[in-house]
Amino acid sequence: MSKLILERLKAQFGDDILEVSSFRGDDVAVVKPSRWLDVARFVHDDPRCDCTYFVDLSAIDNCDPRTDELDMDDRFEVYVIAYSVAKKHRVRLKTRLSGDEPRIASVIPVWSGANWMEREVFDMFGVHFEGHPDERRILTYDEFKGHPLRKDYPANRTQPLVEYRDGTFNKLGPFLQDEGMPLNRTVIPDERQ
Amino acid sequence: MEPVDLDFEEADLELPSEPMTLLMGPSHPAMHGTIRMVLKLDGETVQDVDIQPGYLHRGFEKMSERGTWSQVFPYTDRLNYVSPLLNNVGYALAVEKLLGIEVPRKGQIFRVILGELSRIADHLTGNGAIAMELGAFTPFLWFLKAREWIYEACEEQTGARLTHSFFRIGGAAFPPTEKLQSQIRSILPRVLEVIAEGESLLLKNRIFLDRTQGVGILTKEHALGMGASGPVLRSAGIDYDVRKDKPYLTYGECDFDVPVGEDGDTYDRFMVRSEEMRQSCRIIEQSLDLMKKIAPGSPEDAVSITDPRIVLPPKEKVYSTIEGTIAHFKLIMEGINVPPGEVYGYTEAGNGELGFLLVSRGGGNPWRVRVRGPCFFSLQAAHDMIRGKMLADIIPTFGSINMIGGECDR
Repeated sequence: MSKLILERLKAQFGDDILEVSSFRGDDVAVVKPSRWLDVARFVHDDPRCDCTYFVDLSAIDNCDPRTDELDMDDRFEVYVIAYSVAKKHRVRLKTRLSGDEPRIASVIPVWSGANWMEREVFDMFGVHFEGHPDERRILTYDEFKGHPLRKDYPANRTQPLVEYRDGTFNKLGPFLQDEGMPLNRTVIPDERQ
Repeated sequence: MEPVDLDFEEADLELPSEPMTLLMGPSHPAMHGTIRMVLKLDGETVQDVDIQPGYLHRGFEKMSERGTWSQVFPYTDRLNYVSPLLNNVGYALAVEKLLGIEVPRKGQIFRVILGELSRIADHLTGNGAIAMELGAFTPFLWFLKAREWIYEACEEQTGARLTHSFFRIGGAAFPPTEKLQSQIRSILPRVLEVIAEGESLLLKNRIFLDRTQGVGILTKEHALGMGASGPVLRSAGIDYDVRKDKPYLTYGECDFDVPVGEDGDTYDRFMVRSEEMRQSCRIIEQSLDLMKKIAPGSPEDAVSITDPRIVLPPKEKVYSTIEGTIAHFKLIMEGINVPPGEVYGYTEAGNGELGFLLVSRGGGNPWRVRVRGPCFFSLQAAHDMIRGKMLADIIPTFGSINMIGGECDR
């Protein structure tokens, strides 16, 4: 893939682009959180980048609760992928956020489609987007507690809206701790159970 | 002559000025049981709509993090359950991108053939549903009849009708059977005939045309900004198809066209899907020819790579040699050792660009599996197709997006 966007970004933003890489042909630029919206707008508006097609926005939790502190720096990585239909090149912009009160500017002013994706990241990771017009949960329900895709959220925790029935009809959660799992699974004990 | 309503009080005649809130779904038949729309109605006009997905959220991404890389395949079947083989291909290609491996030529062509069959099945269902939601039940049944032939062909190859879990990291579960060429070559003309028959009932039908043309319009700029992809994007006039713009597998060797609409309305989405099915038939025919040309016994004549760290050994070896048993045990219990890294692998699935962002930290488990389900983006764009239009137009518009709950809510 062309490295044009990465070169343009480095020339325009200098030290605010923390890292660039092209692993397996994916052009990635890591951006300082403070310049997130500016970089996104540049990639969209610059005629040589011209990345008007919004592909994806999501996040990655880099915290391993067995070894890392939950409020570590650089815990969350929020990324956005944009593509140029005319120039046929794409770029992945990333930014790293602290595990303590993660916040980042919303890119809805640049790509309107970021609306639901940012809601999903808020729902799944608890990352807040400043300037988001409608920050509600989207895939889970309003009464849901916690953010399920955080690594410290136990995979076998259930939050039924209607309580399970007692007695012989003992309905269990979707997974038991060890059910059908390979040897090197990541198991985070649920202290609530 | 005096007007008849002269005696009425002014208050009796006053219509309510407040918009009415109407909850549509999730148990509305057109909402697939997985979407709720909160509508603000002014008479029959939709003033505003809040689309609420999430009723089918199963935690695909969280489940994937718990198992090995191979254990994700059964989950991908249930993303877009109308074209599961395309999802299998998409995930397999993404992991192979991360591993830096390539499947032998026969395996690639096999993936193209089965993938395109699935695409036809997907579009038949989608187009049939549009017609059915407008009251035309016959084309729907005819399309499902054709879909049944495709399912039979897939069953012959994979052993399952719907949730195949057929492709593996590094290849496929089985090589193609002997019936592949003859069976698929015999169903393709029949499928094309059914598509033409179904269209002949609809495309000169006043009701169908009036209810689809100029309804649910999505503009170019909006489609791009919203990240809509697949037939929804192409119907808006944007020529973007992953198979053409970044050819993967053997799509680069096939000669096919990408249909593009003009207005971005429901009719265009129907027509784009119709034409795509014909193009898929062309791709399959060419791929069958390409497969015939492979010399038997050559390195190309295999569906899977032979690396024992990635692909399971043949069953005879597992049961008769200690090396085979160990390799099998390690792959099942520990998983494929994928080197650390992060890739975004994307393919053209039934509804558009299906992307997998995979993060590995080494070892047998994925660290993060993010799936970019194309429906989720198209459904978001539906907000603008519906707002300001009539209540009754929601049904065909929503149908033409071909929202698949499994993929949208993950």
